[in-house]
Amino acid sequence: MKKSYQKLEDNSINAIKQMTHCNLKFRALFLSFILITFLSASLFAQEGDATAGKTLFNANCASCHKLDKKATGPALRNVEQRLLEESGLDRDWIYAWIKNSSAVIKSGDAYANKIYNDYNKSAMTAFPQLSTSDVDNILAYTAQPKAEKPVATATGAVAENSTGAGSGISKNVLLAALVILFGLLAAGLFMVNKTLRRFASEKGIQLEEKSKRTPLWQAFVKNQFLLLVTAIFFLLASGYFAYGYFMQVGVDQGYQPVQPIHFSHKIHAGDNKIDCKYCHSSARVSKTSGIPSLNVCMNCHKSIYEYNGETTAEYSKEFYDGEIKKLYEAVGWNDAEQQYTGETKPVEWVRIHNLPDFAYFNHSQHVSVGGVDCQTCHGPIQEMEIVEQYAPLTMGWCINCHRETNVKTEGNAYYTKIHEQLSKKYNVDKLTVAMQGGLECGKCHY
Amino acid sequence: MSCKNDNRPNYQYMPNMYESVGYETYSKSTAFKNGVEAQLPVEGTISRGHSLYDYKDTNEDYELAKAELKSPLAANEIDEKVGKELYNIYCGICHGNRGAGQGTLVKREKILGIPNYADRDITEGSIYHVIYYGKNTMGSYAGQLNEEERWQVTAYVTSLRNALIK
Repeated sequence: MKKSYQKLEDNSINAIKQMTHCNLKFRALFLSFILITFLSASLFAQEGDATAGKTLFNANCASCHKLDKKATGPALRNVEQRLLEESGLDRDWIYAWIKNSSAVIKSGDAYANKIYNDYNKSAMTAFPQLSTSDVDNILAYTAQPKAEKPVATATGAVAENSTGAGSGISKNVLLAALVILFGLLAAGLFMVNKTLRRFASEKGIQLEEKSKRTPLWQAFVKNQFLLLVTAIFFLLASGYFAYGYFMQVGVDQGYQPVQPIHFSHKIHAGDNKIDCKYCHSSARVSKTSGIPSLNVCMNCHKSIYEYNGETTAEYSKEFYDGEIKKLYEAVGWNDAEQQYTGETKPVEWVRIHNLPDFAYFNHSQHVSVGGVDCQTCHGPIQEMEIVEQYAPLTMGWCINCHRETNVKTEGNAYYTKIHEQLSKKYNVDKLTVAMQGGLECGKCHY
Repeated sequence: MSCKNDNRPNYQYMPNMYESVGYETYSKSTAFKNGVEAQLPVEGTISRGHSLYDYKDTNEDYELAKAELKSPLAANEIDEKVGKELYNIYCGICHGNRGAGQGTLVKREKILGIPNYADRDITEGSIYHVIYYGKNTMGSYAGQLNEEERWQVTAYVTSLRNALIK
C-alpha cells in the first residue's frame, strides 16, 4: 500500500513538475510578448499617435492638403519618407516649415523655394500653435498606409442589383404561371359543363331553355327620360373635363425638365443645409433669383471632388462623381493639376419658373422686404432630387397669397405712420398685402 | 386631366404675350459674340455704387491690406443684424456660426481644415481682402456680396473673433 502511495505521490510530483515547466515556458513566452508589445508601443510613442494626428490633420491641414491627392498644397501621404528620400530633408526641416514656412523660404532654402513656386506661390499659413509632438502625431497619421477600399460594398451592390433583376424576372414568371393557371381552370370548367350536359342528354333530362327578353339597349333607347338624363350627364362631364383642360393650358405646374448637370437640391439644400441665398445670392437684391455662376460651385467643389453621401440604385456614387466632373469640364478646372485651364463652356440650364412677359415679379421685394420663405412658392426644394415647378404661378394663386399674407410691420420705422393709418381705415390689427394695394392691376401689369 | 409631358413646358394660348421680346435673363442671344445675354461690365467701367479695390491678389498685397486697409463704415453704420445674417448664409456653412471652424459642412466632413478665427492673426483689412479674392481653398465672395455687405461681414467676423479670443 505504502509503496503504491509513494508511487502515486511520485507521479503527482512529476506531473506538477511538468506543469510548472510548462508554466515557465508560458511565462517566458508571455513575458517576451509583453516585452515586444511594450517595445513596439514605445516605438509608436516616439513616432506619434496617428489617431490624434488625424484629428489635428483634419482641423489644421485638410483644407489645403489631401493625403492622396494634390490640392492647394501637395499630397501628404508618406511625406516624411518622400522628403527624406527625394530631397534629404529630415524632420527638423518639417518642424521649421510648419511653424513658419515663409521664414524657411526667406532663408533661401532651395527646396522650400521650389515648392513655393510650384504651387502658384500660395503661402502656407504659419502654425506656431502646433508643438513638435503635434507635428509628430500628424506625421504618424500621414505615414499610415492607404486603407484599401472595401470591395465588399461593390460586390454587395452587384448582388443587390442581381437580386433586384431576379425579383423582376420572378414577377414575370409568377404572372405567366397565374395566366396559365386561370386558363387551365377555365378549360376545366368548360369541360365539366360539357360533360354534365352530355350526361343530362343521355339520361333524357330536358334542360330549361332561356326565355327571350328584349335586349337591354333596346329598352334603354325606348326610355326617353333615361336617355335625356344620360345626355345631360355626358354634357356636364365633358364640360367639366373641357374646362379643366383649357384652364391648365399655359400652367406649367409640375414641369420638371432634365438639366445639363444633375444638380441635386436635396443634397445641397437638404442634406448639407446650405442656405438658398448662398447660391441664389441675387434673390436678396434683384428682380431675378439668379442662376449661380460656376465660381460659386467651385467655392466648395474645389475641395469636394467626389460624393460620399447616401446613394440609391438610380443615383450611385459614380453617377454623382460624373456630374461633378461635368462641372469641372464646364468651368475649366483641371482637378489633377488643381488649376484652371481657361477653357470654359457655358452650362445651358433649362429655365423652369418663367412668368409671362406681361407680369412683373421681383424676388428681392418678396425675399428681403417681405421676408417670404423660398419654400412658400417653390415648395419643398430641399427634398427635390430634380426640381419641378411646385406652384401653378397663375394670377389667382398670386392674388390669393396677397389676400392671406400679413405684412410684417414690426421694425419698419419708415412706414409706421402709413401702417397705422391703414389699420385704422380697415379697422384691423394685421394688415394684409391686399390692403396696401397688393391687388392693384398696375402693381404687376404695366 | 392634362396630357402634358413634365419634361416639356405646357402649351400656351398666345405665345406672343408670354414670350419676352427683350432678352430673357441668362438666355441665349445672338446679339453678343459669346452667344449669351449675360455680359460682364464693359472693360474700364465701374458699375454705379461700386468702387475700385486697389489691392491685387498677391501675398504682398495681402500683407499690405492686412496692415493698412481699414473699414470705411463708421461705427454707427455697422449693423450687426445685417452682418450676422449675411455671415450665416455665406460664411457660417464652413466657418461655423460662431467662427470656430465648425460649420455644417465641416461637421459632415465634406470640407475639412477650417481654422478657428481665434487661431489666425487677422485684421479687418485681411478679412476684407480674403472675402474679395479668396485664399487657398476658399473662393472669392465678391460676386455674392457687394462692397458694403463685405464690410458688414468683415465687422461681424471681427466681433466673432474678439468673442472667441476672450
